[in-house]
Amino acid sequence: MVNLALYWAERYQSIHPEIRISVTGGGSGTGISSLINNTVDLANASRKIKPEEIAKANKNGVEPIEYVVARDAIAVIVHPDNPIDKLTLQEISDIYTGKISNWSELGGENRPIVRLSRETNSGTHVYFLEEVIRLGNSDDKTIFSANTLLLPSSEGIIAEVRENPNAIGYDGLGYVTDEVKVLAIAKKTGGDYIFPTLQTVNDNLYAISRNLFIYANGTPKTFVKEYLDWMLSSDGQKIVEELGFIPVR
Amino acid sequence: MIAKRTNFFEKIITLMIQLSGFSSILFVLLILFFLLGEGSPALFDIPISELFSDRWYPIEGYYGILPLILGSLVVTLGASLVAVPFGILTAVFIAEIAPKWLQEIMKPLVELLAGLPSVVLGFLGILVVSPFLRDTFNLPTGLTALTGSLLLGGIAIPTIVSISEDALNNVPDTYRHGSLALGLTRWQTIWGVTVPAAKSGILMAVMLGVGRTIGETMTVMMVTGNAPILPTSFNALFMPIRTMTATIASEMGEVATNSPHYHVLFFIGIVLFLFTLAVNIVASNISARKIKRAERILS
Repeated sequence: MVNLALYWAERYQSIHPEIRISVTGGGSGTGISSLINNTVDLANASRKIKPEEIAKANKNGVEPIEYVVARDAIAVIVHPDNPIDKLTLQEISDIYTGKISNWSELGGENRPIVRLSRETNSGTHVYFLEEVIRLGNSDDKTIFSANTLLLPSSEGIIAEVRENPNAIGYDGLGYVTDEVKVLAIAKKTGGDYIFPTLQTVNDNLYAISRNLFIYANGTPKTFVKEYLDWMLSSDGQKIVEELGFIPVR
Repeated sequence: MIAKRTNFFEKIITLMIQLSGFSSILFVLLILFFLLGEGSPALFDIPISELFSDRWYPIEGYYGILPLILGSLVVTLGASLVAVPFGILTAVFIAEIAPKWLQEIMKPLVELLAGLPSVVLGFLGILVVSPFLRDTFNLPTGLTALTGSLLLGGIAIPTIVSISEDALNNVPDTYRHGSLALGLTRWQTIWGVTVPAAKSGILMAVMLGVGRTIGETMTVMMVTGNAPILPTSFNALFMPIRTMTATIASEMGEVATNSPHYHVLFFIGIVLFLFTLAVNIVASNISARKIKRAERILS
């Protein structure tokens, strides 16, 4: 999400040269604890603030106000000729941890599964690890199977999935082209299989999607408010779309 | 007066030449110290048994660099198997067999090949070589060590051809004439006289070529799949691997300075440095010995 924050800051400063915005990375936890310590105006976070964090903030006289500024959805993709067109989260997790290694185990053709992933430095990689492979369980220490291919770019994943009928990959919804097949995903065995679209993501039906938040201390005023309004305006949301995230409006 | 001035300029020029000569030593030493300074803390951050274990997943604290070292070795070995015979034979053909007009076309073409950016070769690998290998050998994926080896071979060949060919051209014609006059065939002359006489130059060519393949990053990152699988058998050539260079390139950008991960990446740099050092030492030893033997034959 730091990319999005940097882009916003950069673009906003080029329109308003009198404003100086400095963006620091380090993860959602860093942002929220800076807000609690009242050292920042706005904290970006790709997870919801925890109740104990709110309590801590209130003790410091900080009142966090939440804004959903963008959404992020990850599509799971396969080759168009692959007969599989839906999977559950558990099945995807089993594929990536190495428990399932042939498509026939999922009712597909007798082909080995080639697992594709982004490199470990990608936020998408970490999100996929936490929410899909570990199914959101933070005590789970399962990791990717060692023979998962780590490709340096989203385009690399699309290219390999497009060419290789054995492959499965994941990518931000914004990067997916129609030369690959997007799978419908069910949160639980027996649940509804949902395709990722702007609609299902915004309605919170699609399993691998999350809100991206900004927390402010109290209702923002003056230039902070203007900046926040700009992020949520069509100009700001266009940047969201450019970076492969889902705009909120 | 004039003589004095010449003397003065000569001194400056000598000094400058000396300086540039020493600077290369200085730079190598500075780089070495920098690498050691940033990389050696890894030995204190991480127990050595863990550092040389077989699982690389740094964001969860798995720092086993063994798959990366072996991955680099597999790709380099594969590339040498492609590039060395192919490169030397091409050089022999250009220098000894091809007619003059063909030589004049081939030499610049080979040199043009050397100027191909590695990222372009990477594209070629993803779009052409990898699907081709997958279909031909019926592999699960075409992003394998073999794909990397073939493309790296392509990168090393121009270096090997160009330098070997120069070495062959430097063999005096009297050698060839003498050999032919003794009744040897052209083939026997090439393998028995010309190539052995140019051996040190050819070895240098091979070493420079191999050196390029160890250090090459962009192409391998694009086509080898980057899966840190420990290569255990010959089959590893047909499976994805992860090299040391690709690991440094893809992870250095996001790593927190002075974290264990950061130190380990520099430690990998040290290992890489030692590899190229070893290649160079072997090369200089072999070529020194060969010169002695050649001198013995000639005397």
